[in-house]
Amino acid sequence: MAILKKTVVAMSVMVAVSSVQAATPSNEEMWVLLQQVQQQLTDVQQQNNQLLVENQSLKTKVEQTEKTVLEANETVEALAETTEQAVKAVSTSANNTTIGGYGELHYNNLEDEDGDKTKKVDFHRFVLFFAHEFNDRLRLFSELELEHSIAGESQNGEIELEQAYIEYDISSQYRVKGGLFLTPVGIINETHEPATFYGTERNNVEKHIIPATWWEAGAMFSGEIAQGFSYDVAISSGLDVSKEGTKSTYKIRDGRQKVSQALADDLAYTGRLKWTGLPGIELAATVQYQEDITQSQDPTAGSATLFETHAVIQRGDFGLRALYAIWDLDGEGPKADGYDEQTGWYVEPSYRINEYFGVFTRYSEWDNQAGNAVDSEYDQFDLGVNWWPHEDVVVKLDYQNQDKPANGESDGFNVGLGYQF
Amino acid sequence: MSQYKDPLRVLIFMGLILSSFTVFARGVYQTDQDFLTEVFNNSVPKSKVVWMKADLASTVAELLGHKYAGLRIRYWRNEQRSAWILEEIGKEKPITFGIVVAEGKIENIKVLAFRESRGGEIRHPAFTQQFKLVQLDDMQLDRNIDGVSGATLSVRAMTVVARLALYLDKFTG
Repeated sequence: MAILKKTVVAMSVMVAVSSVQAATPSNEEMWVLLQQVQQQLTDVQQQNNQLLVENQSLKTKVEQTEKTVLEANETVEALAETTEQAVKAVSTSANNTTIGGYGELHYNNLEDEDGDKTKKVDFHRFVLFFAHEFNDRLRLFSELELEHSIAGESQNGEIELEQAYIEYDISSQYRVKGGLFLTPVGIINETHEPATFYGTERNNVEKHIIPATWWEAGAMFSGEIAQGFSYDVAISSGLDVSKEGTKSTYKIRDGRQKVSQALADDLAYTGRLKWTGLPGIELAATVQYQEDITQSQDPTAGSATLFETHAVIQRGDFGLRALYAIWDLDGEGPKADGYDEQTGWYVEPSYRINEYFGVFTRYSEWDNQAGNAVDSEYDQFDLGVNWWPHEDVVVKLDYQNQDKPANGESDGFNVGLGYQF
Repeated sequence: MSQYKDPLRVLIFMGLILSSFTVFARGVYQTDQDFLTEVFNNSVPKSKVVWMKADLASTVAELLGHKYAGLRIRYWRNEQRSAWILEEIGKEKPITFGIVVAEGKIENIKVLAFRESRGGEIRHPAFTQQFKLVQLDDMQLDRNIDGVSGATLSVRAMTVVARLALYLDKFTG
């Protein structure tokens, strides 16, 4: 029985083995399969290798591209830097010499109480500035003016050199100028470009009393004491109001020698203090002493002293200018006709409507013979508008009414066109 | 008028006294680097540039009132603020301004270098503080800036660079 069982088992195993052998590939088949797999692996390996090579190539290209971009950026940066420096160098070189200027055309239509009319059109001022900077500390500034369009013999106008000075920064603390410069006094004497003030014509107080525009030859020392607190002191040529030639009075304005073969026997000493410590506010005072206001030509005259003070306030849209000036002339000559005191003042409120328009009114009084009891006072009322189509271009229209001591009243209107650059 | 009889001595005395403690207007008040170090507390970010491409160049010209002379404008920015160093001519010479903008408003504006003969008063804090917290409103500053008498062009220069910095801060932000 045991033998039978073993036999049955053995036979079953053989059957099973033979059945298995029938479903399994042969060794040859297996070999073929293995070779196919091997080939596929080789292909994959080759593809991998190829991809690696391509990847490396791409990586190299990316690195090269990055490098190229970097180099391009550096090139652009260098190019831009060089271009800007070149532009700046050219600009700076060109800017060592600068040109500027201003001009104003006036139309006046006035009538006095006798019915006499004055209608005039006049290119009042054509001005060119030339400046040159020799180095950071030394510079030239000049102003050449043609008044009333035509200059020459029997013509109305004249060519005037109103400024031509060398300015030097002695140190970070001191500055000095020498030459022909505007006297540091008043509001419009130094800043009188038409776009900077109201009214077609400059105000009569500064014109007849200070007398603007007023320039002399000499030396001036300037500095700033503290924030917004500055000073100027000057020694210069002076006025000559002696009664000679075409001059018939001791009027201050007639004494301007304009540094044209000017008598310089007696000098003038000027000092100004100015405070601009708050935005929009300027307070200033000037004192000038002249040793002899006739340059020793008139023994009946002598020294003279000017005192001037003013305020300029611009807060928001509201503006206010106010000025007072007085001359005191020594000697019996000036005193005889009241010229020993020449004085005037004005007040000018204004309102800036917007960027383009502003309105103003001004009341002024001046008297070149205030030293006696005779009525010699002028007063004038002005009302007008400025239109700035550009901040450097202005059109002006104003009405004026003037009371004169001799000829009574006159009134009329003025139109102006002005520019600066 | 007897009080004016001897003004020469007064003038000379006044000149000597005043000249002994004068502070002059022209010069470099702060270097660009010192300005940036101050603004960013010693951690000055790397500078960036904004190129004056066609549209931007046109807007910048409108803001300045003339074409910008350079090709680009350099600036410095961190999370809180941007800083700009800009030059603009007053009357004749370029004035260098340092401007700090935070949240679209001027945080600070300073004159770093002034080369004009007149108008140096614009560097004083009494004047520059008017710009504090000013922002752009339709390409204009949203408040009036009171000027300095006789320094109109220097004031104008500071006003236009303030506008430019505010615009560029928004443009690059």
